[in-house]
Amino acid sequence: MSNSRAFIPLIAFLVLAGLFYFVLMKMNKGEYNPRDIPTEFIGRPAPSIDLPNLLVENDRVKSSDYAGKVWLLNVWGTWCPECWKEHEYLMYLSRQGVPILGMDWRDDKDDAIDFLKQKGNPFVEVGFDPNSDAAIDWGVYGAPETFLIDAQGIVREKHAGALHPQVWQEKFAKYFQAQKPTE
Amino acid sequence: MIPEIGHFALVLALVLVLIQSFFPLVGAQKGIASWVAIAKPVARLQLLFTAIAFACLTWSFLESDFSVLYVASNSNTSLPILYKVSGVWGAHEGSLLFWALTLSVWTTAVTLFGRSIPPVMMARVLSILGLLSVGFLMFMLFTSNPFERLVPPPLEGKDLNPLLQDPGLALHPPLLYMGYVGFAVPFAFAIAAMLGGRLDAAWARWSRPWTQVAWVSLTLGIALGSWWAYYELGWGGWWFWDPVENASFMPWLAGTALMHSLAVTEKRGAFKAWTVLLAIFAFSLSLLGMFLVRSGVLTSVHAFASDPARGMFILVFLVAVVGGSLALYAVRASKVRSYVRFDLVSKESALLLNNVILVVACAAVLLGTLYPLLLDALDMGKISVGPPYFNAVFIPLTAPLVVLMGIGAMARWKRDSLKNLWPKVRVSLVASVVFGVLYPVVVMQKFDWLAAIGMVLAFWVFFTTLKVTRDQARGRGLGGLSLSHWGMAFGHIGLAVFIVGITLTSVYSTEKDLRLDVGQSHEMGGYQFLFKGATHLQGPNYSGDRGEVVITREGEQIAVLHPEKRNYRSGMPMTEAGIDAGLTRDLFVALGEPLGSEGAWSVRLYHKPYVRWIWLGSLIMSLGGLLSMADKRYRVRARRTAMDKAAVGATV
Repeated sequence: MSNSRAFIPLIAFLVLAGLFYFVLMKMNKGEYNPRDIPTEFIGRPAPSIDLPNLLVENDRVKSSDYAGKVWLLNVWGTWCPECWKEHEYLMYLSRQGVPILGMDWRDDKDDAIDFLKQKGNPFVEVGFDPNSDAAIDWGVYGAPETFLIDAQGIVREKHAGALHPQVWQEKFAKYFQAQKPTE
Repeated sequence: MIPEIGHFALVLALVLVLIQSFFPLVGAQKGIASWVAIAKPVARLQLLFTAIAFACLTWSFLESDFSVLYVASNSNTSLPILYKVSGVWGAHEGSLLFWALTLSVWTTAVTLFGRSIPPVMMARVLSILGLLSVGFLMFMLFTSNPFERLVPPPLEGKDLNPLLQDPGLALHPPLLYMGYVGFAVPFAFAIAAMLGGRLDAAWARWSRPWTQVAWVSLTLGIALGSWWAYYELGWGGWWFWDPVENASFMPWLAGTALMHSLAVTEKRGAFKAWTVLLAIFAFSLSLLGMFLVRSGVLTSVHAFASDPARGMFILVFLVAVVGGSLALYAVRASKVRSYVRFDLVSKESALLLNNVILVVACAAVLLGTLYPLLLDALDMGKISVGPPYFNAVFIPLTAPLVVLMGIGAMARWKRDSLKNLWPKVRVSLVASVVFGVLYPVVVMQKFDWLAAIGMVLAFWVFFTTLKVTRDQARGRGLGGLSLSHWGMAFGHIGLAVFIVGITLTSVYSTEKDLRLDVGQSHEMGGYQFLFKGATHLQGPNYSGDRGEVVITREGEQIAVLHPEKRNYRSGMPMTEAGIDAGLTRDLFVALGEPLGSEGAWSVRLYHKPYVRWIWLGSLIMSLGGLLSMADKRYRVRARRTAMDKAAVGATV
């Protein structure tokens, strides 16, 4: 075995490690998310929502009530730890006046009500979707997921995973600049 | 209080492994006897503290202490005790603690069973293992502390991932981790041998039993996972080429190559550099798997909370361990030459070829696993590489390997000739072709080329193994054969059984998705499946439906199956398939969705011939590994050296 051949495994490994580093950096900068399956809904009219209201008996949550507004749809569940993480930031957004419609997905009703009682409720209304009736229409495949719907009822953005300030600045903030509420 | 004790024990363990990895290594290089001598006691003490930390976490689970974030995220009060315990290693932080514990258990085992190993070599090995422990413990303490508190504590915890609430799966991760971590031992021996500059047959002999025990754990772990996927996921499949499955399969392939290569290095002193490289590969692939699964760069059904910050830590660790050892290899091992000659036709050649095929197969799996990631990261589009690629590449690669197995077992060391081999394999060859072709026709009653090829290969391995065993036993009887011969025989026959399983299942399985009304029945593979409806079901932490399907054959009742569809409190739906298991066929019923208000359901039916043989084969293979590990030559040498030492002590 010649000397230089003994370096082949090392070099091959370093190339691989370089690739991993590159991917991780892209993930850290938010440029790349392997979970980001492009949604077909971006740029299209939002599917309509008609779900039982989690917090008000015999009431229904309808997306038609939000026509003419820029609003967020946040899909969550008490079973999802990422949603706990995200919760505080949703509370902050709601204090800033961002209207968020919650979709409580595949959840236990009492658990969900308790959760909002204990940690606060950032949502204008919460639709209860234990059987994925609406979630399927929206192509949701993991929680949390957040969609932005503009005043014309078109889905403009989608984010899979917990919301945080950086994502907010990059993807969502611009839609609220024009009609910015008091800060 | 208990979690703080656990946390503190981890910090102490870290301090101890820092000592364990520094002083003995430097002492061995500089010849300071006292520094070398501390290796063993420190290693054992470190096990004590890691075990304390593990016990504390287990305690927190049993007590349902939800002020610990990890417990609150993975357990709740209604969880059965078994799953409270398996919850300890059910998610990221706890499974890391399990890795660290397993590593220190192996390390201590090396100090206990490696009495024949010279102290300087032992000091180096323990230092290398210590360095690996440093990595795991720092990873845990800095990015993934399992004892992190949650203030204020919730009244009730979240559910353990329902997929993991199964006895088979409670054991699957620990066995896998024991296998992954087990490869750290031959890795440490290889590095220590390179550091010492003595790449002789001795390190191979010391590493062999450790490699075998790691390989056995990994084999059982993978088989258990596959069995679980079969009955729990309700898809009727047993292997999906999922990235996480591949992550466990790659070290297995490298480990299999390593086991065979170690045999050559120990017995013949050949392939020295190559064996070292394989020892590095086997463990590196285990670490690589950990990186792929936990950094979140790949998506898979195996959901691990992923986090790029953790990914970066593992990447740094990976570069230090793998890059460091490959650099050492490049400098040291290239100077090692094996001055052992062997002919083109010999056992050495057959084993070398076996090694090359296994490594190429492993590389093909690696490529298939990383290719989508590469394309996606370079913005060249999202693709997924699925079973078609793996089957198309893997099966043609491994078929020659199986042919070679028969010849390799038969061939003599050093020099053999085709003229000499031919009479030995002649009968096996004819018999395997005849039986292999007839089996599909006579037993399965339908000829199929793929089935015939698979069966010929399986019979070939079976007959050649019998022949070798008979030849070896000539003159001394079956009882006179060494355990390592039996190990080889069982390992190879296990593979034959496995090949029968995958061949016949893949070719002859039938499945059907259909709607069944109450009282309606369907015929498949000669069996009548009668659906008697579904009733509501309430479990400790789930509710759901339980169907009843009566299976009859020619009017005779064969089985009553109760497939279930469960909805766990966490909101996750799960399928529990109803399976009637048999040696030559499984009947499998899974509930889909309720249809309409009349009690009809969508139901999936499977008839799977010989599917059990897949896991039966893996069990036999593992038994082979255990047998050769127990071979007395490892123990006799150990005892003799201990006696020599005692004798020397007496004369001094």
